[in-house]
Amino acid sequence: MFQLQNVSKTYTRRSSEVLALRTESLEIADGEYAAILGPSGSGKTTLLSILGGMLSPNSGSVSVDGISLYDMSPTRRAEFRRERMGFVFQTFNLVPYLTAQENVQIPLYLTGQSPAKQRARSGELLERMGLADRLDHKPSELSTGQQQRVALARTLANDPRIVLADEPTGNLDPDSRRIVLDFLDELHGEGRTIVMVTHDAVAAQRARTWLRLESGTVRQSADPSAKAA
Amino acid sequence: MNLRSIVWKEMWERPTAMLTSVTAILLGVAALVAIRHVTVFSEREVAHQLETLGANILILPKAATLQDYYSADLNGQTLPEERVSQVLMASLPGVEKLSPKLCVPTQYDGKDVILTGILPQTEFQAKAAWQSVSMFSIKKHVGCTKVHSDSAEDASPEALATSRTIRELGDHEVVVGADTAARSELKTGSSLVLFGEKFRVVAVLPSTGTVDDGRIFAHLHTVQRCTKAGEVVSAIEVLGCCEDAAGDLVPQLSALLPDSKVVTVSQVVQTQVGINRLMARSSVFVLGVLVIVGGTTVASSISANVRERRREIGTLMALGAAPGLISRLFLLKAFWLGIAGGVGGCLIGIAAAVFLGPYWAGVSVAPLPLLALVAVAAALAVTLLAAYWPARRAARLDPCTCFQEV
Repeated sequence: MFQLQNVSKTYTRRSSEVLALRTESLEIADGEYAAILGPSGSGKTTLLSILGGMLSPNSGSVSVDGISLYDMSPTRRAEFRRERMGFVFQTFNLVPYLTAQENVQIPLYLTGQSPAKQRARSGELLERMGLADRLDHKPSELSTGQQQRVALARTLANDPRIVLADEPTGNLDPDSRRIVLDFLDELHGEGRTIVMVTHDAVAAQRARTWLRLESGTVRQSADPSAKAA
Repeated sequence: MNLRSIVWKEMWERPTAMLTSVTAILLGVAALVAIRHVTVFSEREVAHQLETLGANILILPKAATLQDYYSADLNGQTLPEERVSQVLMASLPGVEKLSPKLCVPTQYDGKDVILTGILPQTEFQAKAAWQSVSMFSIKKHVGCTKVHSDSAEDASPEALATSRTIRELGDHEVVVGADTAARSELKTGSSLVLFGEKFRVVAVLPSTGTVDDGRIFAHLHTVQRCTKAGEVVSAIEVLGCCEDAAGDLVPQLSALLPDSKVVTVSQVVQTQVGINRLMARSSVFVLGVLVIVGGTTVASSISANVRERRREIGTLMALGAAPGLISRLFLLKAFWLGIAGGVGGCLIGIAAAVFLGPYWAGVSVAPLPLLALVAVAAALAVTLLAAYWPARRAARLDPCTCFQEV
């Protein structure tokens, strides 16, 4: 699935260069459930952005199923994302002026589906999330748990093979956290590849492999005792 | 859901920002459309006056002031009627007809009217002294091919509205302007009483859009007698055979009547031409204001919108929106703002011009669809140009903003 070779990413802050990420070789297998762990500022989100085709590395190559992500044009990368990837965000990132159903329709609209198909598919997904009676509610009219479930429905809209999650339980109460983690388990069970950035020890326990980041350097860890940040 | 519905819902999410942009465009377009409408109709009015009256000359009392040809005889000053004889006796080349007038504001049927005394052309022929000068035709203006010839149509009383003269009018006959006739329900054959004397309406004039619509025309000598004004006139209209003749006639008439003011139609419309020039310059200024104020407002509004929506843009990109779609998101918003401001501004501008045109420039204004289309197109061009750079910047935003707290 993911293959990273000699990838490095640096930022320039106040005229000095800061290393955000460096890895000689990293692989995430198809159907894997990986957790990216590490302290704040260690480069977790940078790695997730690079995997999502949203942040060009300064050097090295990133490929998905043998296709080099950063040799594509930005428009082609956008197409690649909408066909193969789904994102789960810490703060849900719902569009505030659209209803729950319309938020789920966004990826479907982007793939060119007709409004009728968009409505049917989004309604089905929200029903699966237990939100059949909240279709016309705007995000501000939903609880945080409900908002995250709308976001999860949106993630699934285009049936992605890869799910990239950024602190998916960070803003949730224990019950909502359990629902989200169960949902990620379910997606993994369906054979999808899950890559999750987390600080949450409970969430990290659900993963099957762990990538530990320290000062921008990635190492794969098989030691469960070192997996939580 | 589609791009249009996303843009539409977002605009209504932030109505204040949207209204500010629309208002800036709307006010600019409204001012531009109103000024251009009034200017166009004012220019047409000037052209019409020059075309229909270009050969005409007005002889007025020395102290008279004037801004409008049709109301030039309403200045309250008078001339001795003998000035008419003086002009005739001089046999100046190019003079086709004379039309002396005496205007007296009065009331009929409880409403203000202008009783205007006019001398029918048959009166000139009846006067032996005037016949001796053979009625203007002896000394034809050299090279003139536009000499007026009386036709059957010119002989009808209704022709007064266009030909400025009437062939016959009895002592107790009147011709009534369109507005006065409509207000007092007068028609041909009706009777009316003025200054204690009974008159018969021989014709109702077609509407001209001028002060003539509010007049009642009677025989000059009847008006002099009824109003006890004496043998005076308010103005003498000299109908020249062509504009060239009019140009030559003015100095000759001025020399002949040193105690009178002699003006041509082109001199009368100079004020209107001046107003037109001012309005034409104003419309250029307003167009500049529309481009600068409207464009700046839209540009800053769309820029602020891009800043506010960075995370949303990043999220859309993460979900697979291509940079082109992000650009279109903002350009379509600018398009709607331009359409709303342009169409709204056009409607307000046209309404203002139609209702205020008669007060601003003394002209009736009707909507000009082509001008309205051009104004909407200008508004659209300004908003799209203003939104182009912010939209381009939005398309180049880093999609990683979706992971950040913005």
